[in-house]
Amino acid sequence: MPITVFLLFALVKSLIAIGILLSLVAYIQLAERKIVARIQNRLGPNRVGPFGLLQPLADTVKLLTKEDIMPSTAHKLLYLIAPAIAVTMALLPISIIPVGRDIHVLGYTTPLQITNINIGILFILAVTSLGVYGIVLAGWSSNSKYSFLGSLRGGSQMISYELALGLALVGPIMLAGTLDLRGIVEAQSHIWYVIPQIVAFFIYLTAAFAETNRSPFDLPEAEGELGAGYHTEYSSMKFAMFFLAEYINMITVSCIATLVFLGGWHGWVFGPGWLQAILPVFWFCLKAAFFLFLFIWVRGTLPRFRYDQLMGFGWKFLVPLALANVLVTSLVISLR
Amino acid sequence: MYPVLFFIFAGLAVAGAISLLVQRQPIYSALSLVAVMGALAALYLLLGAEFVAAIQIIVYAGAIMVLFVFVIMLLNAQPAEAPGRSRVARALGYPLLGILIAELGGMVAAHFQNVKLTSGEYVVHVAQIGDALFRSYLLPFEATSILFLAGILGAVLLAAHTEDEAPGKLYIGEAPPEPNLIPYDSTEGSTTYNGAGQPVRTDLPAHPSSEEVRS
Repeated sequence: MPITVFLLFALVKSLIAIGILLSLVAYIQLAERKIVARIQNRLGPNRVGPFGLLQPLADTVKLLTKEDIMPSTAHKLLYLIAPAIAVTMALLPISIIPVGRDIHVLGYTTPLQITNINIGILFILAVTSLGVYGIVLAGWSSNSKYSFLGSLRGGSQMISYELALGLALVGPIMLAGTLDLRGIVEAQSHIWYVIPQIVAFFIYLTAAFAETNRSPFDLPEAEGELGAGYHTEYSSMKFAMFFLAEYINMITVSCIATLVFLGGWHGWVFGPGWLQAILPVFWFCLKAAFFLFLFIWVRGTLPRFRYDQLMGFGWKFLVPLALANVLVTSLVISLR
Repeated sequence: MYPVLFFIFAGLAVAGAISLLVQRQPIYSALSLVAVMGALAALYLLLGAEFVAAIQIIVYAGAIMVLFVFVIMLLNAQPAEAPGRSRVARALGYPLLGILIAELGGMVAAHFQNVKLTSGEYVVHVAQIGDALFRSYLLPFEATSILFLAGILGAVLLAAHTEDEAPGKLYIGEAPPEPNLIPYDSTEGSTTYNGAGQPVRTDLPAHPSSEEVRS
């Protein structure tokens, strides 16, 4: 494939991915409000459009037209770039997530992802580990005690659970023998890794909730203690960027869980040719949507942890368990 | 294409390193170092060393530098004030810097004809790295691990409180018994009740009745 065609394909795929992603974030947020409302026996937003379906549009307009406030004692440069770092590091992993098999367009074969790299999983871990800077710098540069405490909590929580997250992924990587996300999915054509790696699956899920700062690990934005956490001083579109980053991170970890543990696009394929082409993508989306629903469901169900419980659970339970899982998995592989 | 990318990222690394030195605000220095790490990772990628590039980002930029930033933030490090420069330093420093640059430039120029900017030729797979680490270089690898472990244990020991003040204190060996906070035995039978049927603590000095106080 000539480089110009490659670049054109990459550009088109990036635009499609960002378009889908932004509208998905808007509607996940509406779904969250609706589902949590059901769980709490309320109705949720239902005024804007039929069943409240236009609510995300109204919210966006509201966020865009709000006054943009900059605290007078803030460190200006860092205060401005912190939301940009958060969104950038949230968007980057999406570029290598494959949603289906290769497709043929205009005589060229191209993967259903923006680009394919050999070290897919490591790339995602590397980029998410940089996402900490967005949170930490936001809290520090706002020069406010609530923001600062929230960012310290968020930063240390993300560093701590990154370890368990990475170790949980080692088991499936060893079984598949590759770091390439497509390779990991193809290795699951017989059995999904959720069955042999059930322990790793639950470690990954728990760590993913903490990594995305979602309930029950949403201590960085515990309203009762910290105002709104690290983005207390942010308003208007800058606040919306943190919001966006959080939801994109949710989508990313849901997609990784689907690819690594639930067999990606593997599923029941039947019917005529066009249906056979669409079904793998449909299965992938369905599995990822299940994890997104799980995020919302857990938020509506579980109370928030205490901070020392969170740290103790991460370091004293999840990390040793993940290490034991790595040990047992490698033992089984070497004896096989 | 490759030479252009190389010079972009090499320039970025050098610019970050200079910025690290000249920044007054400690947090900007730390962030400059993060930029240097990122540029180095990009250079590794250009060489085809994908694994090393990813590890460079995960370990240095994502873990070690975050700790640096944490410490700077927690200690609330203030911008450094320019120290009064000594005349000797000024007299010696700039000429020495000139000599260093000249020497480095000379070395680069001497070898420049033989240098080819090739990239992406050394694609190493993760399996090969694992093979090398756990077969060919097993002993150095394990020795380094033990060194790290010793370092971690040393840090824990230094950070652990050795006096009796801290609540989250680390005991080496057996922990002392918990202090008994309930000074009296509240088993049934030994409890006496007052007229209203409420338990009365017999181990405390009897409360003076109102009549005794009045007299």
